[in-house]
Amino acid sequence: MAQYGILIYSPAPADPMDITPDYLALLDRYPAQVEELGGKIVTGFALAPSTTATAVRGDTVTDGPFIEAKEVVAGFFILEAPDLDVALRIAKLNPATRDGGVEVRPLFVWDGE
Amino acid sequence: MTDVTGAVERAVADAHRREWAFVLAATARVAGDFDLAEECVQDAYVAALDAWAREGIPRKPGAWLTTIAKRRALDALRRERVFRTKMPMLVEPDEAEVDEPDEDAVPDDRLRLIFTCCHPALAREAQVALTLRLVCGVGTGDIAKAFLVTETTMAARVTRAKKKISAARIPYRVPDSSELTERLDAVLSVIHLLYTTGHTAPSGADLVRADLVERALHLARMLLALMPDEPEVRGLLALLLFTDARRVTRTDAEGRLRLLEDQDRSLWDRAAIDEGRRLVLDSFRTGRVGRYALQAAIASLHAIAASYEATDWPQILGLYDQLLLVWPSPVVALNRAVAVSMVRGPEAGLAEIGSLARDGRLDGYHYLPAVRADLLRRLGRRDEAATAYQAAIDLVDNEAEQQFLAARLAECRPAA
Repeated sequence: MAQYGILIYSPAPADPMDITPDYLALLDRYPAQVEELGGKIVTGFALAPSTTATAVRGDTVTDGPFIEAKEVVAGFFILEAPDLDVALRIAKLNPATRDGGVEVRPLFVWDGE
Repeated sequence: MTDVTGAVERAVADAHRREWAFVLAATARVAGDFDLAEECVQDAYVAALDAWAREGIPRKPGAWLTTIAKRRALDALRRERVFRTKMPMLVEPDEAEVDEPDEDAVPDDRLRLIFTCCHPALAREAQVALTLRLVCGVGTGDIAKAFLVTETTMAARVTRAKKKISAARIPYRVPDSSELTERLDAVLSVIHLLYTTGHTAPSGADLVRADLVERALHLARMLLALMPDEPEVRGLLALLLFTDARRVTRTDAEGRLRLLEDQDRSLWDRAAIDEGRRLVLDSFRTGRVGRYALQAAIASLHAIAASYEATDWPQILGLYDQLLLVWPSPVVALNRAVAVSMVRGPEAGLAEIGSLARDGRLDGYHYLPAVRADLLRRLGRRDEAATAYQAAIDLVDNEAEQQFLAARLAECRPAA
């Protein structure tokens, strides 16, 4: 099994309080779908809206997310899956892909070389 | 002795061209890593030079090379003792299979290799580079030359792609039926891109690019042998054959571009056209035609027509209508506009082009003003044609096409 970080991008400011009942229903179903496709969610977090974020670059501190964009990171979870094909199938079912998107990124593994 | 050396060298070179994909695909399964697999396969080809001179050329060179390469891969893995940790994405090595000398018993892993190289998680340019490098065995230097980038850039591209396959665990697997159509489309696009890159190169300018044409045809044939039931594979091979049949008449002796209507049809390669026609018919018989089979069918009607005017334009227009349904691209719509002008006259073609121009997606595409210019010229509207030719010239970067358009522009300028 490999582990992937799934970064969830939603339209700014990605406020969890704005989530519609419809979206919430999809989220409720998601873990079962993940298991069905052969994956497992190890852990995951939702973030408070990007309006609450503070960016630090060098010694400059600014209000807002690190990169100003139409979509911001809304949360992330760690997915365990046998390979990228399975991870992508799972990612495609994430409700965030409807109005934003997700990034599938393998966790770094130190192989000792 | 020199004769023997020559014969062996030829046999090894031949096996490199024909069997590389088979040998590498099988070795990668054991090696679990493309870099190690490539190294072992290279070694096997070097070993062949010597061994074949001593023992004679084996009856099945591919099986011989695979056995040697797999053995080296296993030896390397035992030495490194990284059997379990190294790239677990690949199938577990099966030692029993390694010493099997019979080619029929060696599993054909070429499809796994092709689908891995063309995985949608890799950028198209990486898919193309990996396919040339791993499936065709072309050196990075030659790939760089064909795509007009430095060898360093191409080497970095190949390394990055291999690292992604390993780190993100892109599986070494043929996709299952639910994903096959989409995944096959990527493979066909890569082969088609290889062909067009070679085909549109300035004539005689670069042998490396001419080689791409051969590689693409070879890949399409290999894929058809591996997937005989896929009508789109048949369609792609047919499309390449029709295009290739006209290769010699595409430009004149000075390398200037020649339009289809001005080409000497007696010089077209009849054997390639006949093969293409059989493939198109077979493809249509399945009733599951896609964009390649439809494009091939259109090319087929051009190939069998006695002249540009005598072409079956109404049928071509019908095929473009179908093509637009499966592949709603503005470029297809532009080609359809040409067919419309041949069936219903230049005015009707211009109307289609007018709505395409307003759509805006073809802004910057030189064929749009070029086709418009041609239709205006046919209608005798020379001033407007000249303006359109100039617009096309401003957008085109291929020298042969630029010269062609400049010549047409000169014809349209009112005589002094």
